[in-house]
Amino acid sequence: MFNQDIVKPENLVYKRTEVLTDNVMHYCPGCGHGTTHRIIAEVIEEMGIQDKAICVAPVGCSVLAYNYFEVDSLGAAHGRAPALATAIQRLNPDKHTFTYQGDGDLAAIGTAETIHACNRGENIVIIFINNGIYGMTGGQMAPTTLVGMKTATTPYGRNVELNGYPLQITELLAQLPGTYLVTRQSVHTAAAVRKTKKAIRQAFENQKNKKGTSFVEVVSNCNSGWKMPATKANEWMVENMFAKYPIGDIKVDGELVQK
Amino acid sequence: MAAKGTVVIDKERCKGCGVCIVACPKSVLALAKNVNGKGYNYSEAVVDECIGCASCAMVCPDGVITVYKAK
Amino acid sequence: MAKELKLMKGNEAIAEAAIRSGCDGYFGYPITPQSEVMEHLMAEKPWEKTGMVVLQAESETSSINMVYGGAGVGKKVMTSSSSPGISLMQEGLTYLAGAELPAIVVNVVRGGPGLGTIQPSQADYFQATKGGGHGDYQLFVLAPATVQEMYDFVFLGWEIAFKYRNPVMILSDGAIGQVMEKLYVGDYVPRWTDEELRKNAPWASFGKPTDRKHHIITSLELDSAKQELHNHKLQAKYREMEEKEVRFEAINCDDADYIFVAYGSSARIAEKAMQLGKEKGYKIGILRLITLFPFPKKKIAELSTKVKGMLAVEMSAGQMVEDVRLAAEFRCPIEHYGRYGGIIHTPQEVLEALEEKIIKRK
Repeated sequence: MFNQDIVKPENLVYKRTEVLTDNVMHYCPGCGHGTTHRIIAEVIEEMGIQDKAICVAPVGCSVLAYNYFEVDSLGAAHGRAPALATAIQRLNPDKHTFTYQGDGDLAAIGTAETIHACNRGENIVIIFINNGIYGMTGGQMAPTTLVGMKTATTPYGRNVELNGYPLQITELLAQLPGTYLVTRQSVHTAAAVRKTKKAIRQAFENQKNKKGTSFVEVVSNCNSGWKMPATKANEWMVENMFAKYPIGDIKVDGELVQK
Repeated sequence: MAAKGTVVIDKERCKGCGVCIVACPKSVLALAKNVNGKGYNYSEAVVDECIGCASCAMVCPDGVITVYKAK
Repeated sequence: MAKELKLMKGNEAIAEAAIRSGCDGYFGYPITPQSEVMEHLMAEKPWEKTGMVVLQAESETSSINMVYGGAGVGKKVMTSSSSPGISLMQEGLTYLAGAELPAIVVNVVRGGPGLGTIQPSQADYFQATKGGGHGDYQLFVLAPATVQEMYDFVFLGWEIAFKYRNPVMILSDGAIGQVMEKLYVGDYVPRWTDEELRKNAPWASFGKPTDRKHHIITSLELDSAKQELHNHKLQAKYREMEEKEVRFEAINCDDADYIFVAYGSSARIAEKAMQLGKEKGYKIGILRLITLFPFPKKKIAELSTKVKGMLAVEMSAGQMVEDVRLAAEFRCPIEHYGRYGGIIHTPQEVLEALEEKIIKRK
């Protein structure tokens, strides 16, 4: 320990937010879920909306997300989080209902719920973690798995003839008039985390102003599923995932961003 | 250059993923040779160069890093 | 309470009851023969009268999960559908039961299996009373026989659902859903205020105040020892329902030689068959079931020691009859009669079945 003498409250630059519980997260070392949880919790703290926030957790690796957010929560059936959130927010228009979903939950089994919630312009925040794989069940193919990528159910790589193409659901959702903010971010560097946090903040601000659906995709890693250490996984993600899922805003203030 | 910042790492909660090590602009952090109660080589400051930028804390998935910076 | 006389379809009565019982939200998907429920709600615009939310979802899967969301935050929420739609809802129903959430689900049953017919049926009895979805759970099942009961059971449904934190199914059929009858409606019961919600659903995830830890609504428990404890708790709740909440109507049962056991539309047909039988000199009673779960086991056991036989009358190939036989423990002959696949039996057919299967039994 260096510089013990500056460990004083007045010198504090960063500490874990109290909108996270004390539970140790079950995620694998280096998993982007933890980072994303943290910044969502920080945004809730900074906006002072802990009493209004309602988390809808998915099925998948983040099935236990409700154990980590110190906010009232519900665990949805697989893929149904946007349906729950639709009702919760309509019944409580001044609350801050958000879903937290992985790629299998949101873009495979829950595609209908996702598209229709976005198309109705439900005033909810959707946080979408895309790591191109089913982590919880042991690394099977996800709708967002890259072509050629090896998973437990594509052991020879994703083959489009057999498995179809990776689903860019975020671009698809941006086409719907109900979405107000659609953006794709990541949490692998400090700068990226700051940008993602800003996007999540914007999403909750939009909700406060009743603007419709705000959708934040976080392209993330799956060290266990990809079978590489965390730092290597982040490098692989930048090289491969970002090529198919480019980082940046897709729709801002209800308008598609011109590329 | 005199260091202006410091980090306090909750080593029992650290999973030793090393993401903070890559994120640190001053190469302050490294994985310890020792392991914590869960068997992870936790992250620790090994060089007195911390500038209190909090990049490590930003990327830490488990929120185990607290950062201080001298005013 | 002021009573107002109306002429309504059973489906409309459900909708009217929702509005007047302080329901917070209805989430549905059109399907024959129950589409009038949502149509009536949309025409009435209750959001202007009571603030009730009404939403047409993209599927029954979605509408039942909207119900799950609304119930999880402590609101009085409901949905309705008919057989194929209710099959799609089974996932949501087992999650509601597992997470112990109160809600009302109306099934205006039509003939199956598969897409089946759009005509009335009672062939969803097993699905309604034996779980339907996965895991050990029970819905509380109410069986209305009149348009008035369609209305009244929504009010009763809220009471039961919140008392036991359990989903309630109103198991109707296409005949009662479509038939127009007079009914009395009462004054509007106001929707709960936030304070009332906190008092009536203190467990709900309505937003964490500073003075407590967060609430989690879930049906997941990875520790199987805890899951078993949770299941013990559910089973204790179901046994309590069996102890306290059995409802039935016993008509002319005291000195009857024969009993028709029936619910819903079939009970009304059986009543006519009973009258026809009386003209022929038979002493027939009717046990009309109002709760299908909890099932009136004791009453059936009691009757089984006194009568010469029972005929389970239901528009199915024979579902409820199994529960009647189990409750009666074969102390008297018990047979089944019913048309199915969308056909409604006539009183004459029912009486003939009683004669053939029970009275003239060798």
